[in-house]
Order: sequence, then structure tokens, then C-alpha cells
Amino acid sequence: MSWEIVIGLEIHVQLATQSKLFSGAKVGFGAAPNTQTTLVDLGMPGALPVFNEEALRLAVMFGTAIDAEIGKRSVFARKNYFYPDLPKGYQTSQMDDPIVGLGHIDIQLEDGTTKRVGVTRAHLEEDAGKSLHEDFDGMTGIDLNRSSTPLLEIVSEPDMRSAKEAVAYMRKMHAIVTTLGISDGNMAEGSMRCDANVSIRPRGQAEYGTRTELKNINSFRFIERAINIEVERQIDILEDGGSITQETRLYDADKHETRSMRSKEEANDYRYFPCPDLLPIVIDDDYINTIRAQLPELPDQRHARFMEAYGLSSYDAGVLSASRTMADYYEVVQGACGDAKLSANWVTGELAKYLNANDVDIDNSPVSAQQLGQLLTRIKDDTINGKAAKTVFEELWNGAGEVDAIIAAKGLKQVSDMGAIESMVDEVIANSPKQVQQYIDAEPAKRGKMLGYFMGQVMKASKGAANPGQVNGMLKNKLDAMC
Amino acid sequence: MALDNADILKIAKLARLQVNADQVDDYANSISSILDLVDAMQKVNTEGVEPLANPLDTHQRLRTDAVTADNKRDAFLAIAPKSEAGLFLVPKVIE
Repeated sequence: MSWEIVIGLEIHVQLATQSKLFSGAKVGFGAAPNTQTTLVDLGMPGALPVFNEEALRLAVMFGTAIDAEIGKRSVFARKNYFYPDLPKGYQTSQMDDPIVGLGHIDIQLEDGTTKRVGVTRAHLEEDAGKSLHEDFDGMTGIDLNRSSTPLLEIVSEPDMRSAKEAVAYMRKMHAIVTTLGISDGNMAEGSMRCDANVSIRPRGQAEYGTRTELKNINSFRFIERAINIEVERQIDILEDGGSITQETRLYDADKHETRSMRSKEEANDYRYFPCPDLLPIVIDDDYINTIRAQLPELPDQRHARFMEAYGLSSYDAGVLSASRTMADYYEVVQGACGDAKLSANWVTGELAKYLNANDVDIDNSPVSAQQLGQLLTRIKDDTINGKAAKTVFEELWNGAGEVDAIIAAKGLKQVSDMGAIESMVDEVIANSPKQVQQYIDAEPAKRGKMLGYFMGQVMKASKGAANPGQVNGMLKNKLDAMC
Repeated sequence: MALDNADILKIAKLARLQVNADQVDDYANSISSILDLVDAMQKVNTEGVEPLANPLDTHQRLRTDAVTADNKRDAFLAIAPKSEAGLFLVPKVIE
């Protein structure tokens, strides 16, 4: 049987505020346990929440960016469940009246087409604390620094039909939230986490199959792997005549399997009700329109502009516009050297290679955009050739100083002095009588290829510093004159 | 609307409340009578009436996004039954 995969994603985005959603405690990753808490975050009786206006602004900004309906009157609700890292016994969230309603984003598929994916809603909620299960005298340790950290939960429609589409959706969401600056999007630190609702149905069937929810997927790579392994599991069950149980499952990256997290009899029953400690949030059109007017250039717009203004391929433009920092970096390089294609090649090539190999974000690149722009300028003005540029780049990466100083110190300046090149060319020709004879005997059409040997010898003689274009032209003239 | 004893036990479990077996009938009767009152209210025609999220006829005031709290960990940990290495300790949670 041919199965159709149906996927919806719930993405939790940590909003980039200074203080918490409901208290004046600092938000920040990696602080000593319980040093960023107040009575509100600890859930002490009588401690009342006061809502952070910046969280509201960032949520509305997201809503306007995905062309969504904005809730002019949104309401906080209590989602009730017991867990020690949630000391209040409920999570303050939104249910019936979320801040962001129906919207959509466009994702680019591998075949180059664009697909629209619906966003059902996005609501504000607080994060819980962290449980540490290492053994503390047989007890569990609780760190409440993360308690009440503002989250935006973005819920998609079940519009995705493959794991690859789910990854493309997640990547586009990442590009949007980082471009807007509403989150740092750091998945390793949990600033962006994803749950996937996955079901399958026989191709052509209108009703959805029973879904399972895969929890807490924290990298782009794991989204694809977790969904694919879960789909395989569901197909195996259905093709063996079994049925899927609606449940929450955890993806175990080490074992590459999904396993059930909660038993059926404890099926979620959150008993939502409006939070009596918080009043409805009311905003007007002026508020929304002011935010809409301040939206930065969004990834899709930047993608289109990179193709239009710089003549880049859709692929290069897509890679470069995938995050705001990458796109900003590229534009500085491009502005400095004036060559869009060369800049794209270096940013997506050499720079990306070093960033990946050293696991460094582009905003922490040891080679600044200005430095790379200067380096490419030196290729453009024939000071150095491409090979030498890679050496300079490595030196820049290792903090050896500025471009021109490195070129001088390493003696990488390209030899464009015609006299110097000519004497090297003459010497190579004089020392290669056999190859010269082969060149003379060859069909004229085949001679071009045979230049390679002489090129290599001259470049070697110049220690790589000769201008390859000049060497090539001079060799050709001299050898052809001998034929 | 009447609740039976199974409903009472389920609600108690969700709320982590201990209910003695000899009290279950009482709870079922008294909570059912509250729901009867709700049933009576449900009969009121509420067409055109906005759902009420809060009885106060005003809306939420907003707080400027600024860090205003100091680190009071020592004071908070001092009133916890047990703590270690800056963490609150609770009975082992097994997921």
C-alpha cells in the first residue's frame, strides 16, 4: 500500500526579553542554579504575575510577519498539571484567545517549487524549570532559573507531507524569528524546540490517521530522522494489521528510535480555565500597525532581492538569507569588494567550511565581514591569486592580523611584473625540451590541454605567486611561435 | 448533571487530592448539586454576550521589560525542606 505522511509541528521559541514573562527576574542561559528567580517564578502563594510588554510586542511582530490575524483581546489560561519543576501546579498559557491567529509561511521544496504551510496559531506561555535527575541522596534537583521564561508556541496546520518538508518549515521559521530578532534561535541551548505530530494514511484517503506526538526535538537533523523512524514504525504496525495508539513519544537520538513517554490511562487532561490573576490583554490597530511598519526585511524578501540585485542563483540566495546574521555578513563582504558572486562563493564556501569544522556561529566568526571583503578586494585587484587567498584566509582565521599585513609577511603578493614572469617562462621552456617537442607535434586543437604542464612548472617556480592569467597568455604566445 | 464515584476519583487524582472511600458519595452529591446550579445558569439566553475572562471591567497593565529582581537564592533555599548545590531537592521523579 502507498502511504501518505501527514505532519504538523509545534515550535517553542524563547523570546529575547531581558526579564521574565511575569516577573523582573533576569532571563539567561547557563547561570548558577536558582539565581534568576523571584517569588513569582517559585510559585509562592500570593505572588502575582505582572505581564512583560516586550513579550507582547515580539509576539505581535511575529504575527504581522506571517500575515496572521492578531488577537486584539487575548486571554491567559491555566494549563494544569503536576511536575516538580512547575511549582505552581499550572503553566500560564493561552487557550481560546491566543495573541496570534491564523497565518502562513512559504517553504521552498527541493524541486525548486514553493509550498504554503498554514500556521494555526501562536500563543504566549511561560517555560517551566529544569529537573536534574542525577542522584542527590536519592532525590531530584530542581533549578527554577528557566521558570517563567517567555515562550511563543507556534502551531502549524497538518500541511507537511514529508520529513524534508518539516525540516524546510523549521528552517524557514528559524530564519524568520532570527531575522525579526524575536529570539536568538539557539537550538542547542533550547531557545527553539520542536514537537512533531506525525500520522500516516493510505494515499487518497481524506480522514487523517491516528497521530503520535514526538517531543522535544532539538536539531534540524533530528527532525528528519525522528519523523522518518516514526513513520517506519507506524507503517510496520498498520501493515501487520495493528493500530496506532495516540500517545506522546520521545525520540532517542543515540538509539535512533522513538519510545512511548506517557501511558494511556494518564491521558492529558489539562483542565484549562482563564487565569484569574491576569486580565485580558487588549491592543488596538495603532499598536499593531506601528509594529507592522517597523518589520525588517523578511527572509523571502531578502532572498528575492539577492537574486534580483546581485544576480545570485535561488540556491545561493536561499542559503545566504537563511539567517539575518549570515545575510548581513554577506552584504558587508559584497559591499566591500563589489563582486556579488565571488562574495557568495566565499561566504557559502571557504567561510562556511571553517565555521562548520570549528562549530562556530557566523556572528562569532574570527574573520570579520570587513576582513573577508578586503581579502576579496585583493583578489579582484590582482594583488593575490585565489590559492594565496586561501592561505590568507587561514591566517585571518587564526588571528594573524589584517589582510595586507599577512600578504606582505607571507610574501603572497602575486607577481604581475611581466619581466619577472617572462624570465620564469623562458627558463621552464628551456628546461623542458621533450614537452616542447610534444607540444609542437600535437594537433593545434590539443595544444591547449598541454599548456597545463608548463603552467604548473611556472607557478611552482614562482612559489604560486605568479598571476596565472598572465603566465597562461605568455606561455601560449611563446610556444605557438615555435610551432 | 450528576457525577458518579468514578468521576470523583478521577478529579481527585488529577488534583492530587486524597479522598477517603467513605467520603466519595458525599463529594459526588455535593459537587453534582453545584453542577445543577451551573445547569440552571446554562439555560439563560447569552446570545450576543461576550465570554467573561475576568470579572474586573479593565484590561491587563503592562510591565516594562527590565530586570528588577536581585538574586535571593539563599533566602529562598533557606525555607525549602531540602536543598543541595543551589538546587531544591524533591522526591525522585521517574519519567
